[in-house]
Amino acid sequence: MNSELVQVDTDVLVIGSGGAGMYAAIEAARAGCRVFLADRSLIGRGGATVMAQMTVAAALGSEVPDHWSHHRDDTLTAGRGLCDERLAGLLCEQGPDCIREMETWGIGWARKDGRIAQAMAPGHDRPRCVYVDFLNTGPALSKTLRAAVNRTTGIRKAGDLCIIDLIVADGEVVGAVALHLGSDAAVVIAAKATIIAAGGLTKLFQRNSASANMGGDGYALALRCGAPLVDMEFVQFFPIGHLAPRLIGMDPIMWDPFRYKLGGRLLNGLMQEFTSRYGSDERDKYVLTRDLASYAIMKEVEAGRGSPHGGAYLSFRHCSEHALREAFGPVIDRLAANNIDLTKMDIEVAPIAHYHMGGVVAADCMQTPVPGLFVAGETVGGANGANRLSGNAITEALVFGRQAGRSAAARAKSTPLRSYKPDTLKPMLSLLTGESSAHNNVNTAQMMRDLQSTMWEGVGPLRTEAKLLHAIATLEEMTRQIGELPPHGRKAFDLQRLEWFDFRNMLLVARAVAQSALQREESRGAHQREDFPAASPEWRVNQRVQLRGDELSITKPQRAAATVAQ
Amino acid sequence: MTNFATLKVWCGSSPDSGHLEIFVVPFEPGQSVLDGLRWIRAAKDPTLAIRFSCINANACKECMIEVDGKTVYACTTRLIPGEMTLKPLPNKRLVRDLVTEIAPPAERFGG
Repeated sequence: MNSELVQVDTDVLVIGSGGAGMYAAIEAARAGCRVFLADRSLIGRGGATVMAQMTVAAALGSEVPDHWSHHRDDTLTAGRGLCDERLAGLLCEQGPDCIREMETWGIGWARKDGRIAQAMAPGHDRPRCVYVDFLNTGPALSKTLRAAVNRTTGIRKAGDLCIIDLIVADGEVVGAVALHLGSDAAVVIAAKATIIAAGGLTKLFQRNSASANMGGDGYALALRCGAPLVDMEFVQFFPIGHLAPRLIGMDPIMWDPFRYKLGGRLLNGLMQEFTSRYGSDERDKYVLTRDLASYAIMKEVEAGRGSPHGGAYLSFRHCSEHALREAFGPVIDRLAANNIDLTKMDIEVAPIAHYHMGGVVAADCMQTPVPGLFVAGETVGGANGANRLSGNAITEALVFGRQAGRSAAARAKSTPLRSYKPDTLKPMLSLLTGESSAHNNVNTAQMMRDLQSTMWEGVGPLRTEAKLLHAIATLEEMTRQIGELPPHGRKAFDLQRLEWFDFRNMLLVARAVAQSALQREESRGAHQREDFPAASPEWRVNQRVQLRGDELSITKPQRAAATVAQ
Repeated sequence: MTNFATLKVWCGSSPDSGHLEIFVVPFEPGQSVLDGLRWIRAAKDPTLAIRFSCINANACKECMIEVDGKTVYACTTRLIPGEMTLKPLPNKRLVRDLVTEIAPPAERFGG
């Protein structure tokens, strides 16, 4: 099956078909380029966008007057001094325009009195978050963008196609090598410009709100072709992920919209309010930012005041059946099918890995330091610093996606398809078509669970030097265990083989997170070190990670690097 | 009540040469069929081919299979402490085991 090599030529290759990838594809095609949109899952269905439950932040000024600079100020405050101000500014300035374009494509943002409704979310100074009702923001976004992709001429779509490595010739990215899951064929894609829009890395952690393909592929692809990463220690742990009772058919971050609309009370195992002890008195409002809330819950659990399953209680018992139904309609029935009645019972919540602030270094045109390589969405590092503001993830997907599409198209129009020596492909093709590993009996599915628990225990919401060192040693041992070659691949849809390639990426990226976290000897935003509990002015810098040979090198600039321009 | 579920899972690479493989899966109330399939991959057979992306959120709509003759999402169908028969969708081209080609032709690589 994989004896023959499939070759594809394109102007712009887009890796990933979430919100960022689809917007990038549309924009590059509108500029007149041929686009090849690849996704390891189905087009427009996998990834994080489809999972978005509610809020998308943009200074539309629909409910109250607003200006994008206020949104930027809130973004910078939430980022605890580490945001790249150019990227944060771009996100906030261009957000409203993308929201309006999505409206013309028929997304159907929720409306109040004829105007687009904007909800108040923690960390924002005014109501700023648009949404599609009844937890439907993500599915509606994906569907709308997918339809727009299908209406746009010049975009070739390729689902079930997993990018294995980028091709680098003379220091420039000139395409990629991929594995087609359906046929196990090796595919070589030649491209004048390449955009990585492959999302984040939350699948590295045992408790996560990720889809199955958020294993940090994009960061690993970038590292291996020489691009630097930034802020890799900052993983956002979403504070109130669903913990108990067992709930299926719902995303674990679903309680966020409930809190936006109905407040809700966060209580410890003794049924006491506790957030005031950690710097913010919530009462019935939802104001605590994600980093502080996650910290507060973890500390209560550590002190023996957790809920039975090791989290906190979230209570909506003060809400009437009528109020619940008015706010969440059909969702109340889905909860009933899971035997959950919010008027009678509290549910348990706990922090879960949700989003990655770190990512690939990029200029505000989305160009990385490696010519030919662009990034978009969660793959971009820096816009959100040490902690992301609620509602900024979808906005950055749209804004950065559109910008990356534009910039990649400009490059593709002024660049010929580069030729390269066939030898360039040899090492990566040998992984796909060459010999297979002797370790065919490695149970990759079980190893995946081990990797996730290692990251959760050692590199989770509360970190120490000892825990980090232990995790790094385990990751190094696992890297030796998986070996140099993937297991046999002569079957269609070979998940074991795919998981080997996932491990290759996940272990590299996990090491980047753990080593960056070990170096940062302070606590800031989402990075909490029990052995260095305070923030240090000396650490108001952004660490960078590069791959040199097999080793990761982490560099700490001497002075504050959060960039200029007000 | 038993504390396990018996999943008879259709395995094979072509529609006329498959067989039902029997897996006994630990059962906890509230679990989904997808939970059972993921347990099988981790504990018994990592080569089993299944298609899913969002993991129990019913957002990606990728885990469509046939359970006891009915087309369902594996992530919203509850596991029962008895026997269930899991097959690939009968009206879609088989890829392998429970995986079928469910994407529209224009969204597939190679059409």
